[in-house]
Amino acid sequence: MIQGPGTSGLILNEPLLWEKGKKGRSAFSMVEQDVPEAELAAGLAGGAPFFPDLGELDVVRHYTRLSQWNFGIDSGLYPLGSCTMKYNPKINEKMAATPGISSAHPMLEESLCQGVLQLLFELQDFLASITGMDAVSLQPAAGAQGEMTAMLMFAACFKKRGERRDKILIPDTAHGTNPASAALCGFSSVPLMSGADGVLSAASVAEKMDESTAGIMLTNPNTLGLFEENIRAITDIVHQKGGLVYGDGANMNAVMGMVDFKRCGVDAMHLNLHKTFSTPHGGGGPGAGPVCVVAELEPFLPVPRAVKKGQGYGLSFGSTDSIGRVHAFFGNFSVLVRAYSYIMSMGPANLKKASQLAVLNAVYVRERLRDTLALAYEKPSMHECVFSDKKQHKWKVTTLDMAKRLIDHGFHPPTIYFPLVVPGAIMIEPTETECKDDLDQFVVVFKDIVREAESDGERLRQAPTRTKVRRLDETRAARKPCLTG
Amino acid sequence: MRYLPHTAEEISDMLAVTGHKRLADLFAHIPETCRYQGEIDLPAPLSEWALTRRLQGLGQDMGTAAARAVLVGAGSYFHHIPEIVKSLIGRSEFLTAYTPYQPEMAQGTLQGIFEYQTLTARLLGMDVANASMYDGASALAEALLMALRLSKKKKVALSSAIHPHYREVVRTYLAPGPYEIVELGFGADGRTDLSALTEIEALAAVAIQSPNFFGVIEDLPACGAAIHAREALFLTAFSEPFAYGILRTPGSCGADIVCGEGQSFGMAPSYGGAGLGMFACRKDHVRSMPGRVVGETLDIEGKRGFVLTLSTREQHIRREKATSNICSNQGICAMTAAAYMASLGSTGLQKVAKLNFDKAAYLKRGLQEAGAGLLFAGPTFNEFCVRFPNDFRPVRDSLLARGIVAGIEIERFYPELPGAWLFCVTEAVSRDIMDELLDEVRR
Amino acid sequence: MKEIEELDLPGDIYYTKDHEWARKEGETVKIGISDYAQDQMGDIVFVELPETGSVFMKGEEFGTLESVKAVSEVYAPLSGEVIAVNSELENSPELLNEEPYSNWIIEMRPSDENQYDELLNRDDYLEMIRG
Repeated sequence: MIQGPGTSGLILNEPLLWEKGKKGRSAFSMVEQDVPEAELAAGLAGGAPFFPDLGELDVVRHYTRLSQWNFGIDSGLYPLGSCTMKYNPKINEKMAATPGISSAHPMLEESLCQGVLQLLFELQDFLASITGMDAVSLQPAAGAQGEMTAMLMFAACFKKRGERRDKILIPDTAHGTNPASAALCGFSSVPLMSGADGVLSAASVAEKMDESTAGIMLTNPNTLGLFEENIRAITDIVHQKGGLVYGDGANMNAVMGMVDFKRCGVDAMHLNLHKTFSTPHGGGGPGAGPVCVVAELEPFLPVPRAVKKGQGYGLSFGSTDSIGRVHAFFGNFSVLVRAYSYIMSMGPANLKKASQLAVLNAVYVRERLRDTLALAYEKPSMHECVFSDKKQHKWKVTTLDMAKRLIDHGFHPPTIYFPLVVPGAIMIEPTETECKDDLDQFVVVFKDIVREAESDGERLRQAPTRTKVRRLDETRAARKPCLTG
Repeated sequence: MRYLPHTAEEISDMLAVTGHKRLADLFAHIPETCRYQGEIDLPAPLSEWALTRRLQGLGQDMGTAAARAVLVGAGSYFHHIPEIVKSLIGRSEFLTAYTPYQPEMAQGTLQGIFEYQTLTARLLGMDVANASMYDGASALAEALLMALRLSKKKKVALSSAIHPHYREVVRTYLAPGPYEIVELGFGADGRTDLSALTEIEALAAVAIQSPNFFGVIEDLPACGAAIHAREALFLTAFSEPFAYGILRTPGSCGADIVCGEGQSFGMAPSYGGAGLGMFACRKDHVRSMPGRVVGETLDIEGKRGFVLTLSTREQHIRREKATSNICSNQGICAMTAAAYMASLGSTGLQKVAKLNFDKAAYLKRGLQEAGAGLLFAGPTFNEFCVRFPNDFRPVRDSLLARGIVAGIEIERFYPELPGAWLFCVTEAVSRDIMDELLDEVRR
Repeated sequence: MKEIEELDLPGDIYYTKDHEWARKEGETVKIGISDYAQDQMGDIVFVELPETGSVFMKGEEFGTLESVKAVSEVYAPLSGEVIAVNSELENSPELLNEEPYSNWIIEMRPSDENQYDELLNRDDYLEMIRG
């Protein structure tokens, strides 16, 4: 076996929380009862919740063992396409826990919250500079909520203009959240086919765009890792018909300091701070999905937003045009602190360099694997590259099998079976924080796996074998759902 | 820059493989009309230490930086957080993992979320819980959308004693749809007045928060009976999950969907985020539930394992027909809440919840003895509303100068309640602080 | 997945281009999905059935089938009223994978018998699958 980082370490068993412990134990340092007991009115009281009682070391071992069954960016290469799994700097964690900042209470008056308001104000400004847009709301808690926010703003804008537009154009390379977000806001999606070269043509947009269509949701670079080169012509067509352009900024990591989205003709876009701006994914969140807009849409942004007030900072509750709140408070503020710290650490030149190196890494892997796997599109690609398992069909080895075999070698697999337009897709996004040596090791291992596919396909179909559990029965999980223990 | 590992030599070696001369050539295909003009307008980079000083400076600019106690809740609570919760859930194998799409290498996250779902369902007395939503407010909005889907009706009623910000988020989410929102008032006891219900036809759901924004514990069994009598779904919300350490569970009071904010379970207020939206429902409705869920299954060798399941409800498969557009959850926050619940255990949660109740009762009685009047007669948990005979603002200012933040005024949310103050007392507030506060009020 | 030659396609039933089958049983018709459909979907994990008494037009969606990672609609081959649903599928969706022809999904009373003529026979259906 080729030398990858994977080895067979000792994996410890650990039961579910309620399968251990003893009634009466506690891992909580009990607070002094310094007031007299009070009487809870009869009829209100319930029994204690049916939780296990665990000692401190019980809890410590439980979560330590669970963590050892997990793989994170800190464990190794995590080239998950479309997810931008870059290094999450340690210092940002500490910054989010800064005294005074982590203890900021969201219901207190502005005069007591100057530090956090300044941070919000500056971050709004930073994100406007980076995208080229005019105004920013930091409230959306995730990319999907950012998308929804933008769609709500489109709906509000057309309502104000007195126009009825109930459709929206969505290319086949879009994220699945796009149609779902549009549907929540009352738009039915009109699918657009990307061309044989993987990008959208102006003609296909012109054909579908009309006065009853709200506009288009466009991911650029798209989910094939290709830059939508016709974007200027496309946005012109949409604007000529009175529509608005939404840009999904999930792939911003490819183009910081290289592309100005306002110049591209985008009216509103969201950013994923948990992708481009290095905040940890946390096994599924929390993220942050700020929305950046052109001046025309600024009145519709969610409120409140941080503003400069005299010598200090305050909150603006905006105009009556605002779509209102999308979050109880100010979004995932602790995530915003991390992104702020990242931007402050990088500065303008390094952000641009990060995008350049992200593209270099992806193009490098693409060139080194192009003879091994079938490349989906020949066009110049950006921060990710998409292959398929076409060349492996004759050995009856699939994308899934190769992905699972990568696990045994100590790599997280790339994104698989997405985007849907490429059957058996393998989508690799190394990100800029990976060095050449690690990419070379990944390439060598991948080539070895493909050789193995020809000689010993069963080995791939059985993979992974070195993990805590082997392949899991998803059918069983879905047929008889067991969601609680 | 330490996050960019490439040496000049490596870059030129790699460019030789890709067939480019310079890094900029990788972007040659980007049209001129799309290009960024000049350099990004941002401050120059800071070293790790300069950054730390900057954030510390911002922290010191906070009026609460030196606070000894903040007696404010209203949706965000100061509770003690055991060191083990921070240090265990801060482990980078949890923190730097993506959504568990490859279950064989994400069993830690998956088992952890399964445990979170289980403890949440038990806490609320419900059958199932999802892997979490963004926050309490969006969880309520999603719960109402779920009820509208289930009932195929168009109207919902909200108690006006629900957190005002939650109601704002609900209005934002429901605005584009063909829906109608009715608000129900509250009585002298601070509880939701359900008498208007009999006049509203075709209600999909009624949402009640308990303890509500005023801190008052609603009569949930009575609410459930009245709401079910109108053939509407009974939704309950909360902003303080600690209450269910001693109160009857919403499930046992007949709730069909329960949702709320889970920040109290191990997360600092952090200016209102990140926390998590807890979301639970009855088994029959699980396929209409929004959000991710983890389920138990077996691997090919028959070993127990966990996977994301029922994903056909979700946006990436059902696209515009999905139960929600939600994609992520608040992963690490849900893990934190589970570790927090596990650290307290059944015994601990009940004790700490009782302590919250006892301490709040102490201050409530003390303020009454000092001349303040209770705004509402209804029972409370760790928050309550009072009105002072004289203007309280100067007293609050002098307490503030001594590091005690004493309540918030709620008139900005309820103009009909001028001069009313909302206080919160958790286990993190000592009796000394409360005595100091009472002395100042009496002065 | 099965090769075309391996498919089980009985000759005594009708098919649709959306891969439903229809078996005429006197005045009523039983409706299910073909072997090809169940094979393409993979393990079926959930079946959403219509209510008895509901009326569907030919080509209208009357229910959904879910596999682990896909949702498929099922369409009425003929117009008519649903007189029975196979509720056994709610607890055992795998029956559609195991025995796609004995496990029907709904039974309808067609409103227009002439519509049988518009359905595909085995050979037409097979030809369609072959493309």
